[in-house]
Amino acid sequence: MMHFSQTISIDQLGVEERIARFNTRSIKKASKVQGLKLALSMIDLTTLEGKDTQGKVKQLCYKAQHIADNLTHLPSVAAICVYPNHVKTAKKSLMNSTIKVASVATAFPSGNSSLKIKLADTRMAVDHGADEVDMVISRGQFLEGNYGYVSDEIAAIKEACGSARLKVILETGELSTLENVRKASEIAILAGADFIKTSTGKISPAATMPVTYVMLQTIRDYYDATGKMVGMKPAGGISTAKIALQYLVMLYETLGDAWMTNEWFRFGASSLANDIVMQLAKEEMGVYYSADYISKD
Amino acid sequence: MATTKQTTRTKTVLPAVKSGQKKTVKSTTAKNVRLTNTTWAYAAAPESADHISIKEQYDLFINGKFVKPSSKKYFATVSPSTEKKISEVAEANEKDIDLAVKSAKAAYDTTWGKMPGKERAKYIYRIARLMQERAREFAVIESMDGGKPIRESRDIDIPLACNHFFYYAGWADKLEYAFPNRHPKPLGVAGQIIPWNFPLLMAAWKIAPALATGNTVVLKPAETTPLTALKLAEIIQESGLPDGVVNIVTGFGNVGAAIVNHPLVNKVAFTGSTPVGKYIQKAIAGTNKKATLELGGKAAHIIFDDAPIDQAVEGIVNGIFFNQGHVCCAGSRLFVQENIAELVIKKLKRRMETLLVGDPLDKNTDIGAINSKEQLAKIKHYLNLGQKEGAEMYQSNCALPSKGYFCKPTIFLHTSQSHRIVQEEIFGPVLAIQTFRTIEEVIEKANNIPYGLSAGVWTDKGSKIFNLTSKLRAGVVWANTYNKFDPTSPFGGYKESGFGREGGIHGLMGYVTL
Repeated sequence: MMHFSQTISIDQLGVEERIARFNTRSIKKASKVQGLKLALSMIDLTTLEGKDTQGKVKQLCYKAQHIADNLTHLPSVAAICVYPNHVKTAKKSLMNSTIKVASVATAFPSGNSSLKIKLADTRMAVDHGADEVDMVISRGQFLEGNYGYVSDEIAAIKEACGSARLKVILETGELSTLENVRKASEIAILAGADFIKTSTGKISPAATMPVTYVMLQTIRDYYDATGKMVGMKPAGGISTAKIALQYLVMLYETLGDAWMTNEWFRFGASSLANDIVMQLAKEEMGVYYSADYISKD
Repeated sequence: MATTKQTTRTKTVLPAVKSGQKKTVKSTTAKNVRLTNTTWAYAAAPESADHISIKEQYDLFINGKFVKPSSKKYFATVSPSTEKKISEVAEANEKDIDLAVKSAKAAYDTTWGKMPGKERAKYIYRIARLMQERAREFAVIESMDGGKPIRESRDIDIPLACNHFFYYAGWADKLEYAFPNRHPKPLGVAGQIIPWNFPLLMAAWKIAPALATGNTVVLKPAETTPLTALKLAEIIQESGLPDGVVNIVTGFGNVGAAIVNHPLVNKVAFTGSTPVGKYIQKAIAGTNKKATLELGGKAAHIIFDDAPIDQAVEGIVNGIFFNQGHVCCAGSRLFVQENIAELVIKKLKRRMETLLVGDPLDKNTDIGAINSKEQLAKIKHYLNLGQKEGAEMYQSNCALPSKGYFCKPTIFLHTSQSHRIVQEEIFGPVLAIQTFRTIEEVIEKANNIPYGLSAGVWTDKGSKIFNLTSKLRAGVVWANTYNKFDPTSPFGGYKESGFGREGGIHGLMGYVTL
């Protein structure tokens, strides 16, 4: 870890080459099934729309608990991710399950508001029972070079979270360079993030493998320096089982076994779960079945 | 031939989490949905070998036909990963070489030497396309015969070999533009002797420019890896190339010597060891034969403290563990600036743990088999020597297959220019690591070696790169990458790494008189 005013050099082409190597790994048979189940258990099933309603949130929560009752031995997803005003509904719907409720907060997705409002937003989510808070950093302040501001803000939100775990969204699609991603990751981790997360899903590009790789390397370096683990959540754009497996290969070869659990790795995704179910059904039955067999809640 | 082993790979061992660490977050974990004890491992993913055809016995390819060797002798070619015989190939002797060279000479005199460039190009293109169509078959045979991982033969060796033919096909009718107003003319018969580390690729490097410039060829593949060259002979036959333009003869050192010494050979192109290169130079002294020699290397791979460290670690791995380290331009002498040495070595050791060593035909294998029993013995000799010299040896914790010739990825720490493992070419997955303090020091040490084939530099500073590329006495200097090859880029050495260039417009020069 360096001082924020310094920049750790990262070679974009080198990163892309490494990603290409991850993607040549051939994941077949037992390791495929195991990987797909693991990926399913790591999903934060997400609905973050202006048109979200109680009905929609309830349906999603039911789906989270019954992702495909016709298949055997499927894990449930890790969490439901909603806006703060839907936390209560989600919490109630998931009362009898172990699935967590995550809430975005801090003037999501732009983060353009005062600290006071962001704190109130966070407290509301936590008071309503959110187990996890997904905050956004102030990208404007970051790009202005006000790293202290970004850091203090994260620390303040972390305090407001209490026992809820804090995921810090860097919105890497707005940070432009891998060096910036590295720097923002360090700021978030040192300010107390339990997880670092790539994207809101509202900006393109959302999660990419190079960006996630740089964030995983930051987590690795922090762990080497302090012995403390930090979680990782790529979000947005991971829509197929194949891509999810590529992320798991990258996670496995960068951070190792200890991170191969939904305690330390999550996928922020809405349609990924269905593709994984489709692939697992194929492994179980030997053929692909119609997508109409999988619920679209 | 297919490997049907369905075993699961040995788990990659990565640092475990300290036990106390988990407790601090226990209250907020979703422990019931967690898949416990997820020790993921990659299941075996063998490339199918069903579609390939290998004959039980191969003859010599002379004058467009496969002919029996006059010795009537054949020798086995063995898979280094299974130690099983794959096929047997003819053992040529001086008589056969005489026949091959005379066929090449006749083809040069009657057809090939007179043929217009644009006609020659058509044949070369055709060979390239036929190779491309059968790329997967070539890749599988290359991995079976030589031990290199299928990922490399599939993604690097074979595509590059095809691209060399495509590239030089393009030059065949443009030689006047490559050498304006100098009227390039072919030399005649080229005798070409290639090594076992990139069997088909080296054949392509040699044959493609020779044909493009109007020369005919007698090529000898290495005795441990003759099969892809013989498959290439089949393709050449199929392509309708006039008889005798390319002759491929298998055998041992005496065959190479017979080619070099044959009076009708006008050009010797050799890739291999420095001692043999010296022998060739002595042998052709006083003759009119031209030569290009691409010999050994002991490349300096330099990591400055402003380098992108994580990518540099990838570069180090690629530099020394690519093709089991059987690469003449391998980055086998690592120089790390002392203030980052600890960090780099820590990251390198961890990265080594994720390298999968084993069955070359498994798509997930990173490091395959050492090419031969003899080469493995040589590498082991250096592993012992390095330890005896007092260097600290570190090897990854991977399990090696019980059969076949395998070597763990190895690094030696605390070495100096005085160590023999630093001075001599090992040609295996063995890296000697030194530290340095200043740029002047590292330039001096990088050049302090009889070899000069390649070097690598890692720094974020462009000016530093240009400073070094002009001062390092090496034919190729890679900056912020390593082991990159392209048909358009010349490749060759300084000092005892040889002379002449292969690839690019420079690669034509060795096959023409101006």
